[in-house]
Amino acid sequence: MSQAMDDKTQLGFWIYLMTDIVLFATLFATYIILHHNTFGGPGGSELFSLPFVLLETMILLTSSFTAGLGLLAGYQGRKQAVLTWFAVTFALGAAFLGLEIYEFAHLVHAGHSWTASAFLSAFFTLVGTHGLHITAGLIWMATIMWQVFKNGLIPPVKRRLTMLSLFWHFLDIVWIFIFTIVYLIGGEIHG
Amino acid sequence: MNNLLGRLNFDALPDDPVTIGGGIMMSLTGLLVIGFLIYTKRWKWLWNEWLTSLDPKKIGIMYIIVALLMLLRGGTDAMMIRLQQATASGGDGIFTTDLFQQVFSAHGTIMIFFVAMGLMFGLINLVLPLQIGARDVAFPFLNSVSFWLFAAGMVLMNISLVIGEFSAAGWLAYPPLSGLEYSPGVGVDYWIWSLQIAGVGSLLSGINFLVTILKMRAPGMTLMKLPMFCWSVMGSMILVIFAFPILTATLGMLSLDRLMGMHFFTSDFGGNPMMYINLIWAWGHPEVYILILPAFGIFSEVVATFSRKRLFGYTSMVWAIGAITFLSFIVWLHHFFTMGAGANVNAFFGIMTMIIAVPTGVKVFNWLFTMYRGRIHYATPMLWFLGFVTTFTIGGATGVLMSVPAIDFQVHNSLFLVAHFHNMIIGGVVFGFFAGLTYWFPKVFGFKLNEALGKVAFFCWLFGFLLAFMPLYALGILGATRRLDSYDPSMGWQGLFIVAAIGVGVIMIGLAAQILQLAYSIYKRRENMDTTGDPWNGRTLEWSTKSPAPFYNFAVIPEVNERDAFWEMKQTKQDLRAKHYQDIYLPKNTGAGIIIAGFAFMAGFALIWHIWWLAFAGLLGIIASLIIRTKNDDSEYKVPAATIKELEAKT
Amino acid sequence: MKNIEKIIMVVIFCFWLFGLILILSQGSEVSILDPKGQVAAKEKNLLIFASGLSLIIILPVFALIFGIAWRYREGNDKAKYKPDWDHSRLLESIWWGVPFALIVILSIVTYKSSHELDPFKPLEAETKPLTIQVIAMDWKWLFIYPEQNIATVNYVKFPAGTPVNFQLTGDGAMNSFWIPQLGGQIYAMAGMSTQINLLADEPGDFRGSSANISGRGFSDMTFIASAGSNSDFEAWVGAVKKSQKNLSENEYKKLAEPTVDHPPTYYSSVQEGLYKEVILSFLLPS
Repeated sequence: MSQAMDDKTQLGFWIYLMTDIVLFATLFATYIILHHNTFGGPGGSELFSLPFVLLETMILLTSSFTAGLGLLAGYQGRKQAVLTWFAVTFALGAAFLGLEIYEFAHLVHAGHSWTASAFLSAFFTLVGTHGLHITAGLIWMATIMWQVFKNGLIPPVKRRLTMLSLFWHFLDIVWIFIFTIVYLIGGEIHG
Repeated sequence: MNNLLGRLNFDALPDDPVTIGGGIMMSLTGLLVIGFLIYTKRWKWLWNEWLTSLDPKKIGIMYIIVALLMLLRGGTDAMMIRLQQATASGGDGIFTTDLFQQVFSAHGTIMIFFVAMGLMFGLINLVLPLQIGARDVAFPFLNSVSFWLFAAGMVLMNISLVIGEFSAAGWLAYPPLSGLEYSPGVGVDYWIWSLQIAGVGSLLSGINFLVTILKMRAPGMTLMKLPMFCWSVMGSMILVIFAFPILTATLGMLSLDRLMGMHFFTSDFGGNPMMYINLIWAWGHPEVYILILPAFGIFSEVVATFSRKRLFGYTSMVWAIGAITFLSFIVWLHHFFTMGAGANVNAFFGIMTMIIAVPTGVKVFNWLFTMYRGRIHYATPMLWFLGFVTTFTIGGATGVLMSVPAIDFQVHNSLFLVAHFHNMIIGGVVFGFFAGLTYWFPKVFGFKLNEALGKVAFFCWLFGFLLAFMPLYALGILGATRRLDSYDPSMGWQGLFIVAAIGVGVIMIGLAAQILQLAYSIYKRRENMDTTGDPWNGRTLEWSTKSPAPFYNFAVIPEVNERDAFWEMKQTKQDLRAKHYQDIYLPKNTGAGIIIAGFAFMAGFALIWHIWWLAFAGLLGIIASLIIRTKNDDSEYKVPAATIKELEAKT
Repeated sequence: MKNIEKIIMVVIFCFWLFGLILILSQGSEVSILDPKGQVAAKEKNLLIFASGLSLIIILPVFALIFGIAWRYREGNDKAKYKPDWDHSRLLESIWWGVPFALIVILSIVTYKSSHELDPFKPLEAETKPLTIQVIAMDWKWLFIYPEQNIATVNYVKFPAGTPVNFQLTGDGAMNSFWIPQLGGQIYAMAGMSTQINLLADEPGDFRGSSANISGRGFSDMTFIASAGSNSDFEAWVGAVKKSQKNLSENEYKKLAEPTVDHPPTYYSSVQEGLYKEVILSFLLPS
């Protein structure tokens, strides 16, 4: 019974991730179409700071790694280790989010807000949607950590832990695409 | 105070008599229902038995009730459109331009999102688990959330009648017309948020039903033994999964343009309205097939059952569904050949479009040869099928005509186009769903619908359809564009418009006949009881359980060896009575679905009227409800074997 | 079988309806079946050809459906009954194959006609084409003649037999430019320039309209496209030249205010590069 439940939930979650991929693909396509449309304003290479984004990327990659360690600990039934690793993951995710908010605030402050051009609208929306996903992931992570803390590593909690990790890795992969398409290639073309 | 309510104030109340009338009608109906509930003290019953139910059959019935109510509203809108155009020769017609434009925008939106989608998900909920020999869908709670999001979208859309206005930008709201510059009011926002909320519900349903088909089939039911309706639902749900996220993203971007001053689809600041048209059709074209595939599936079941014969060319049918599913994603550009994309691009999309006619044609021939050497019993569902083949073939042919770009240049945006897609959607989708409703009605309620009134309804719909839409083909040829609120008398169009209006009137009589049919059938239900559980001599598993299907669907999960599993069981005279019962576990009711949708409605309404705190509260409410719900690990209850034995013994 | 009779009635009704529609559609002067230009004529022929081709499928389907529905009705014990006969490789190959073959034929026609009737493609003719710039505004059509340096609103004239190269843009919501008797439509969009090449074979006044909803005044966005002889056209240009109005930048701004059912108007001169300026106003910061 529980095995069947696991199967269904996992398949369902994979399909959900696929729909999210389509959503991001739409935003990526939009960004690619609009990224030249700066309406006389500055383009990517003038606005983005690669070292800064690289720092963000490293933080997120590390968080994916720690999430993996947390899940592993979960399979081994080590409750304390799960909590520790996910606390680290949470901190890293929050740090990433903080940096992203800083970057956004910085851009808006310098007069490059989403209202300035279609390029910036597409940029803020694509990166912001990823940020919203990270936020949702953090809320979810906090809830599940609470469940682990309270109920221990019972099967339904383990199942949710698996899906959370999957979600977190997925966001990592999306970020790699954002890093490549928005920051690396986007910067190049305008540079 | 002003800030607290965003841009909502007393000006939002309607001021023209027609809208006021509509608003009063809707409010009165609502009050009547509430009054009735208070009077009969049925609140508790409603909440416990229906609103919080996770039984897919009950959710399906609720979908269908909402869809039929919306059919009445969409039908009224259709009548208004026809009356306007029949009276607008050289004058203003009976409605103002502004109202008329809101009415046709609402008509399209309601009919696609709240009627067709509602009937489709309703029927899938009713039939799919039964057909695959399952007791439930994969994620019962998610199913309830989906339905309530759909209902929340519906309520939001209809509230625009009373508070504010609806979009006047057509059912797909092309920018820049739907942008802030040309539509500053709340109409387009109502359109966006009601679709956004209902659309998320559809997306979740898509995931749910796909997993249900893939993971919950009865033992022995391999994919190639799946009933054809389930195959068609699978195709449709795959399309939902790939298409609806595009809609979510596109509506999201349009609302960012409108709420935050972004420039995705504005003409200036580097925005690109053509991109919107591409994106909305990248969802919109698959959407057409999302609706038509399940209708095809219904016809496959109906034809085989009423011809008393196996479905012809099962494998061909499966391949055809696969081909249609795939191709429907690479034809979206045929909705705007006139954008000037260039000859090669146009030719490619035109040819891809025509190719879809091949698998569709294959399906038609397979149905015809299912009838060939059968013994056809002409019950109402079979009449709907005959009506479908004749009208759909005409619609298919006009579709192929329009897939040639150079022909499309002349008929695009004309009433010829309007006639074509109504040909497909009424003749295909609506006739299909009506056939399905009549066919599966006894399984859900335990008695058949009255046949005589059903036939009256069918012939009204068929004649009415021909009267309403054949003139539109002619009008399109005569150069009449769609969505005209007035035209010059010298065009000589009025006669045809009047014929078309009469046609819609005849369709409305058909609709009335259906309401009468329902009422009369309930009144006379004792004469039409289905005591066997198999009123039509059916072929698939849903007919193997009793009618109305018990809340646990099957006392014992059936084992499947053949395609038409139940037919085979009947042929081999298997004893279907169970010898041994087991405990059954079913999901407990929960109010979380309706609560989440309530918060979504709140957030949507707040975003339309720029009431930011309320939007934030709604979002917070959704998150909190979800967190509370995920903590609930005790979501199932046990039906002991003894109880089931007792219930089964009753009949 | 009573139902079958009803269905036959429906078929008779269909024919009756087509007849009625034919009668009602008489006397209309905008029919795409009554083309007055070579583009529209080719499009009409294509429509008829494709309709004929689709009859190859429609007629057998109709014959089969009524034949089978009648013969295999319940109660006709003379007809064979084979409840388990459910596939035939030969038959299924036929209905995968024949429609596919028809689609191949139509595809070739589609490919060729898409190129031949591409609205952007200049028309072949002996006379030099006339360029007319069109701006779809809220809610009227502005026609600019760059060579003649004149402009008109909701009325456009050109010589019959001369190819006309319409260049189109918009200043407002999206519209679609359509003169049914001369040829199919093309969108007119702000910040962009599309083209359509049309030619009137004979003199006459043809109705043009916007085919795409663009707001409150969209239904009245009609205009007259008038084809005359060369001398007619010259005389008309002369007459327009005498108009008191000229389309300066200020005058254009006034014209750009939303109006419904704008009367035909002539401008004796046009600010140079106005068409380009209107496009650029969407593309660059002002």
